[in-house]
Amino acid sequence: MEQLKLFTYIAVFGSFALYFAIAWWARATTTSDFYVAGGGITPLQNGMAIGADWMSAASFISMAGLIAFLGYGGSVFLMGWTGGYVLLAMLLAPYMRKHGKFTVPEFIADRYYSKTARIVAVICLIIASLTYIIGQMKGVGVAFSRFLEVEYDNGLYIGMAVVWVYAVLGGMKGITYTQIAQYCVLIFAYTIPAVFISLELTGNPIPQLGLGSTLADGSGMYLLDKLDLVVTDLGFKEYTTDNMGGSVNMFAYTLSLMIGTAGLPHVIMRFFTVPSVKAARSSAGYALVFIALLYTVAPAVGAMARLNLMNTIEPVAGQNLEYAERPQWFKDWENTGLLKYEDKNGDGKIQYTANAETNEMVKVDRDIMVLANPAIANLPNWVIALVAAGGIAAALSTAAGLLLAISSSVSHDLMKGVFTPDISEKNELLAGRVVMTISIIVAGYLGLNPPGFAAGTVALAFGLAASSIFPALMMGIFSKRMNSKAAIWGMCSGIGVTMLYVFQHKGIMFIQGTDFLGGLEPNWFFGISPNAFGVIGAVVNFTVAFVILQFSEDAPEEIQEMVENFRTPVGEVVAAHDH
Amino acid sequence: MENKTSYWQENLRLIFICLIIWFVVSFGLGIMFVEELNTIRLGGYKLGFWFAQQGSIYTFLGLIFWYTKKMNDLDKKYNVEEE
Repeated sequence: MEQLKLFTYIAVFGSFALYFAIAWWARATTTSDFYVAGGGITPLQNGMAIGADWMSAASFISMAGLIAFLGYGGSVFLMGWTGGYVLLAMLLAPYMRKHGKFTVPEFIADRYYSKTARIVAVICLIIASLTYIIGQMKGVGVAFSRFLEVEYDNGLYIGMAVVWVYAVLGGMKGITYTQIAQYCVLIFAYTIPAVFISLELTGNPIPQLGLGSTLADGSGMYLLDKLDLVVTDLGFKEYTTDNMGGSVNMFAYTLSLMIGTAGLPHVIMRFFTVPSVKAARSSAGYALVFIALLYTVAPAVGAMARLNLMNTIEPVAGQNLEYAERPQWFKDWENTGLLKYEDKNGDGKIQYTANAETNEMVKVDRDIMVLANPAIANLPNWVIALVAAGGIAAALSTAAGLLLAISSSVSHDLMKGVFTPDISEKNELLAGRVVMTISIIVAGYLGLNPPGFAAGTVALAFGLAASSIFPALMMGIFSKRMNSKAAIWGMCSGIGVTMLYVFQHKGIMFIQGTDFLGGLEPNWFFGISPNAFGVIGAVVNFTVAFVILQFSEDAPEEIQEMVENFRTPVGEVVAAHDH
Repeated sequence: MENKTSYWQENLRLIFICLIIWFVVSFGLGIMFVEELNTIRLGGYKLGFWFAQQGSIYTFLGLIFWYTKKMNDLDKKYNVEEE
């Protein structure tokens, strides 16, 4: 046990020292460095940095755990969070890079020749990004609570402090190189245990193949068939077909995540840092290569974790584990309050079933599965330590990228762009840092009672981005006629509808007790869960915008010319006049 | 001007083709027709399940690189390649 602690400290602090060293070495000195790192980053490097930025606590810590319990239904995360890159590469990134601005609201301000549009975009961006950070805080809290052996709340406070030091010190440039290092740490941390577990269970070291292989226990049974059998025996739904509330919900959920991916400012911002339009297209491809490495392993991690968990609690059908003989990892997670057992029938054994009345595993927080997985599979201590470091790296890198997006939108778009245009560079940076600090405190506070598991919370953020930013950007590029009035009303109604739906089920800004319809399924619109509602918001956004466009004047001539211009890789960028 | 218009038209056609494939593998094979496909097996995987959790991601990857290559060719063809 002492050895595990030692290894964890070495892995976590060692990797931290590395990130801080890189951040210090490449620290930002000018405003343009702070936001876009001087534009001199190759597509491969940028792809890796996008990968680290993208794969947050939701992907690393939470997603496989959710898949483990959702089975086939968990596919929405896998398809949703990768399919969005296709949209990014084809519909947004190349054109926005050509136009060449620092931030997403700045692009919207130019395209829609309007300060109001810029302010609306900033507000949408802040709401979506803050929600996203709440999800990260949940992940950070879980990771720190486990490895420092404290309660979840204390883990969260420590996480807030670390994120603050980390994000406020360096700007984008520091972050880009640090994120390359973080990508390497997190991908090793994710795949190594998966390889071991796959080898142990199926004899095949490649998890993507192991998941489709037969078990190595001599039964000759396929792993997925065995899993289906084990879970249905206990009354759970069949792993490979459980479709999370029906195909309509899955359809909407997946589409929300995809268009949300293409609408999240911290990812789009990454494409401003590449040297050319060509590089913007290929960066999206490289990013997806690095992301797919984790995303194709995740379903194996989820299924194998579930099987190992079931086998630990009930090694042979009908012979349940004695609570007194529970393994060390079980006790460790009980200490964090994220795993709870209650001996309902008083037999001293652990019954884990789908029936709420007899089930004795009264709390199994999905977000602990990935971190607990190596211990459940009896892997060596250094592997467990590595996973802790990887999870924290994932959460930190994304939280930092999001904080940067929020701070730049306030200091650069609101203050410099609209309210105090003659602010000095130094004060702009200072304002950015103050905004980061406030965001961390707000997100941390809301993270104490998060609206769901980390990945679910993050899904809400995607819905908000999907319903506001994505349609505005897409119409701006693909419809020359689209005018500012239509776009502004589109954004407001899209995010408005989505927020109304989410808040009525999850509480206003996710504060408990302020939800007026409850999280109950019977109140869902066509069976679509709040997490999946972003796509409806996007449809509302598009519809409102096009209807208003019919009754108002087309965008002015010079704007249409500007659109013409950013559709082709060469040619002067036509500057917009501020109206 | 005319050149720019047909460059954009060709780009739109490429995007359209890619998005059809994008839609078919994920929403079609992974969600709408998953039950039918699940009757076919790919080793231990049911085929629909495989598309939802593996196949769609590989297809997305192929799509982006194919589109990137096609667009680079198109840039050359219309002489709008960057320096």
